[in-house]
Amino acid sequence: MHKLYHRIDSIAGSVVTLRAEGVRNKELAEIDSRTGTSLAQVIKLVGDEVTLQVFAGARGVATDAQVRFLGHPMQVPFGDELLGRVFTGSAKPRDNGPALTMNLTDIGTPSVNPARRIIPRHMVRTGIPMIDVFNTLVESQKLPIFARAGEPYNDLLARIALQAEVDIIILGGMGLKHDDYLAFRDTLDASGALSRTVMFIHTAADPVVECMLVPDVSLAVAEQFALRGKRVLVLLTDMTSFADAMKEIAITMEQIPSNRGYPGDLYSQLAARYEKAVDFEGAGSITILAVTTMPGDDVTHPVPDNTGYITEGQFYLRDGRIEPFGSLSRLKQQVNKDTREDHRTIMDAMIKLYAQYKDAAEKQSMGFRMTDWDRKLLRYGERFEEKMMDISVNIPLEQALDLGWAILAECFEPMETGIPSKMAEKFWPKKA
Amino acid sequence: MDKATGIITGVNGNMITVAFTGAVAQNEVGYAHVTQGDKNLRLMSEIVRIRDGVADMQVFEDTVSLKVGDTLDFTGNLLSAELGPGLLGRVYDGLLNPLPELAEQCGFFLQRGTYLPSLDRAAKWTFTPTAKPGDRLTAGETLGTVPEGAYTHRIMVPFSWRGVYTVKSIAPAGDYSVEATVATLTDAQGREQTATLMQRWPVKLPITCYAERLRPTETLSTGIRSVDTFFPVAIGGTYCIPGPFGAGKTVLQHQTSQYADVDIVVVAACGERAGEVVETLREFPELRDPKTGRTLMDRTIIICNTSSMPVAAREASVYTAVTLAGYYRQMGLNVLLLADSTSRWAQALREMSGRLEEIPGDEAFPAYLESVIAGFYERAGRVRLKDGSIGSVTIGGTVSPAGGNFDEPVTQATLKVVGAFHGLSRARSDARRYPAVDPLDSWSKYRSVVDQDRVEAMRDLLRRGADVEQMMKVVGEEGTAMSDFLDYLRKELIDAVYLQQNAFNEVDAQSSVERQREAFAELEALVGTAFAFTDKTVARTSFLRLQQAFIDWNNTPADAPEYADRKAALRALTEEILHA
Repeated sequence: MHKLYHRIDSIAGSVVTLRAEGVRNKELAEIDSRTGTSLAQVIKLVGDEVTLQVFAGARGVATDAQVRFLGHPMQVPFGDELLGRVFTGSAKPRDNGPALTMNLTDIGTPSVNPARRIIPRHMVRTGIPMIDVFNTLVESQKLPIFARAGEPYNDLLARIALQAEVDIIILGGMGLKHDDYLAFRDTLDASGALSRTVMFIHTAADPVVECMLVPDVSLAVAEQFALRGKRVLVLLTDMTSFADAMKEIAITMEQIPSNRGYPGDLYSQLAARYEKAVDFEGAGSITILAVTTMPGDDVTHPVPDNTGYITEGQFYLRDGRIEPFGSLSRLKQQVNKDTREDHRTIMDAMIKLYAQYKDAAEKQSMGFRMTDWDRKLLRYGERFEEKMMDISVNIPLEQALDLGWAILAECFEPMETGIPSKMAEKFWPKKA
Repeated sequence: MDKATGIITGVNGNMITVAFTGAVAQNEVGYAHVTQGDKNLRLMSEIVRIRDGVADMQVFEDTVSLKVGDTLDFTGNLLSAELGPGLLGRVYDGLLNPLPELAEQCGFFLQRGTYLPSLDRAAKWTFTPTAKPGDRLTAGETLGTVPEGAYTHRIMVPFSWRGVYTVKSIAPAGDYSVEATVATLTDAQGREQTATLMQRWPVKLPITCYAERLRPTETLSTGIRSVDTFFPVAIGGTYCIPGPFGAGKTVLQHQTSQYADVDIVVVAACGERAGEVVETLREFPELRDPKTGRTLMDRTIIICNTSSMPVAAREASVYTAVTLAGYYRQMGLNVLLLADSTSRWAQALREMSGRLEEIPGDEAFPAYLESVIAGFYERAGRVRLKDGSIGSVTIGGTVSPAGGNFDEPVTQATLKVVGAFHGLSRARSDARRYPAVDPLDSWSKYRSVVDQDRVEAMRDLLRRGADVEQMMKVVGEEGTAMSDFLDYLRKELIDAVYLQQNAFNEVDAQSSVERQREAFAELEALVGTAFAFTDKTVARTSFLRLQQAFIDWNNTPADAPEYADRKAALRALTEEILHA
C-alpha cells in the first residue's frame, strides 16, 4: 500500500520537494501531473522534506501533482528479450515494442571486489588495424575516444559495434542528435548486428535527468549479461554530455561547483561507471569504449582530464583517423605477445617510421630540400594512411600484419626499417 | 557508560544527520540500521560535525534505502584499526576489512554492511615473553614477541594506555590467538588491565609512543638512479610525485615498492584504478625479496580503496595505512608508505566538505586542506623508541593535478610540507623517457648517495644542455656553435644513460647505491672529456656509440664476468673517439 501525496512545495529545474514520511533514499516515485506521468528519484531527505529528481523534467508539474512512492530504487528489466530493442534512459521502450518488466535488477550496484579481479588476458578483435595492431583493445579494458565535436566518432563506434568479436553490444547514447540515433539504428539493422545489441538512447531533446541514467542502466544490463558468461562491449557516446547533465543537476541543487562549474565528485562519478569494466573469472566480461568530446579540443578540460586518470589509455580521433601517437592502450602488452610473433615488431617499426615520415612531411611543407630517404618516407606515410589508418578499413589482425609487411616492402629495404634481421628473414615478402 | 543512540533526520548523498541521546564524541563511529529487502544491514558511519545537538555523519557505504526515522547505535569508539600479528601480506579495504575473505563470503561484489575482523581470530602465534612480573612499563614498551614472517613482531603495552603500569603476570611462552590475554598489568591506582596480542588504535591520531623524533639523515635506496642520486629520499622523510595522467606515477610507485631498501611496504591504493592493484596483487606473491628470501608479498600490506569504492572509506584509507606503518615502526623497522593518489583523498575531503555546506576555498577544496595534508605527511619520521632502537616511516604520495597543472591547491599544499619533489613531465613520458622525473624542476632537501657538489655540477650540465636545445629550435643545428652543440649532446647522454632506466630490463630496473656511485664517476669522466669534433654528424654518432656502450654496461649484472669488460670497452671507446 502506497500513500499518495499531492502537495509539492517547491519546483526548480527538474528538482521538486514535498513533505512525506517513511521515504527511503534513492527510492523511486511516480509523479502524475497535468502534462503526464513521470518517474522521479529521491535524492535528498531532510526531516520530512523529500527532494525528488523528476526524470521527465519538472516542466508542467503542478503543485497539486500526485506523488506515489514505489518503495524500491531504480531498476531495469533484464533478459534476452532486450536484444534488438531500443530504450530511453529510464528503460522505457523507445521503439514500438512492448514494455518489459521481467527480472528487474537494481542499477548502480556495488563495485567489484578488487581481490576478485584478474589480470586481463583476452584481446577484443575489432577489424580496425589502428586498434588491433597498434593499440589493441583488451577484454575488461575501459578506453575513451577523445575527439573534437565534428569528428566521425559515432561512425567509428557504429563500425566497432558491427565488427567487434564479442557476444553482446550495449550502446548508451547521451545527448545524441536524433539523426545520429537513427543512423546508429539503421546501420546496425542493415547489417543484422541489431539482434545482438541493446540500445539505451537519450537524445538532446529528452529530459536531462534521463541522460544521467544512461550509463547506469547500460552497465547494469551489461553486468547481468557478463555474469551469465557473455562477453559484452559497452559503447557510450558522449560522456561529456553525461558530465554536463550532472553539472546541470548539481547547480540546480545549489551544490558548490569545483572546476568550471562541474561538481566536486565528477571524478568519483565517472570512475564509478568506468570501473564497471571487469573480467569475471569463470564468467563473461565487460569492456567499455566511451566517446568523450573535448570542448575546444582541450584535453585539460575537466571531463577528458578526469577521464584520463580513470581509464586505461585513450584513443585520439583526429581528422577522421585514430591518431597513432597520443593514443595508447595500456593493456596491449598483456595480449599482443600472444597473437602472432611479428605483432610487436610491426607495431614498433611502422610507428617509428611513421614518426619519421611526419618529420619529413614537415620539412617538405617548409620547403627544405628532400633527400632520397625523405622521399621514401613520404611514399610510405601516404600508403600507411591510405591503406591502414582509414577507419573504414576492416581486416582481421593477421591480414593487417601481412599488409604492414607489404607496405614496408613496397617502400623500404629490410635493413632500413630497423627490424631485427631474424624477423625480416621470416616475414619480409619475397620479391616475385 | 551507556552508549548513545540516535535517529536519522536527514540523508544527503553519503552524509546523514542524526539526532542523538546521550553523549557522543567527534569522529565517533556508529552503525546505522537499514532494511534492504528482508535483510537488516548495519552501515558504518563516522561523526564529522556536531551542530545544535545534531550530528552530521559520513556513511562509509552507499546510503540507498536509508530513511528518516531509521535508528543508529553509537559505539563509543573512534574509527580504529586492529593492530597485531598477521597484518603482513594481507589485502584490506580502507576500513581494514580483508578483501579476499570478503570475496569468499560475498562473491564478486562488495556487499555493503559486511564487516570482517582484520586479524584472523583462529590463527595461533608463538609468544615469547620478554617482560617480567614487577617490570614498570609505559605504552609502547615491549611485553613479548611473536615471529611474523621474517620479522620479530613486538607485542607492546597498548598505545592508548596512559601512565606507568606494573606487570602483574605474564603468560608463559606458547601459542596464543590474537584475542588471548598474555599479560595483566596494574596502573598507578592499582587497577588491573589486561593486554592481548592485539590492540586497537584510532586511525586519525598519530602513534607517538617513542622517546624522540630524529632528523632523517640517511638516504633511502630506491634503486632508481634519478631519485637516489639527483632527488634523494631520506629514511623517515617525505616526498611527492605529481604528474599528469599517463606520466607513469603508478609505475614509479610500483617499482619503488619492489626495490626500496626498507623492511615493510604499505601500499595505499587510494581512489585509483582497480586494475593497477591487481597487478601488485598477482605479481608480488611471485617475486622474491632479495633481503629476506621470501616473497615480496610477505613484506607488503595493501590498503585498497579504488575509485569506485565508497568515498568516505577512501578518506579513511590513507589514515588506516599510515596507522599500520606507524605500528610497525614501533618495532624498530623501516616502513615505506606509498599513497596513490593523495589527490583522490583530497577530493574525498572536498566532497564531504561540500555536503557539509562549508565555505569553500580554492577550487572548492575545504579551507583546512593544507593543514590536513600537512598533518598526514607529519606522521612520517625517524624515531628512537623507548628501548633505544630506531624505526622509521617514509611517506611517498602521488598527486594527480587537474590538467597536469602543478599550480593547483593539492600540489601546492603538498609541496610545502614534503622533503622532496619528483615532478613528472608529460614531455618526458611522451618521449618514453622513463622515469619521467623532470631533472630541472624537481628538488630534494635530502642527501644524495653521491657528493652534493658533484651532483650540482651534473645538473648544471643538464641545464646548459637544455638551454642549448631551446636555442637550437630557433637557430637550427647549423647556427649552433660546436661547443654549445657538445653541451647539448652531453645532456642527452646523461639523460639516456643515467636518468633513464629500462623498467623491463631486470638488471637496469634496479641500480644499487654502489653501482650508482660507480656509474656516476664514469659518467663524470665521460662528460668531462674534451672531445674535439669538427663535424656535428660525427659528434652525434660518436655520442650515440658512447651511449650504446654505456647502456650495454648498465644492462650487465654487477656479478657477471662481462661486467669489467663492458666498462673497459666504454673507456676504450672514449679513448678511440678522443684520438680519432
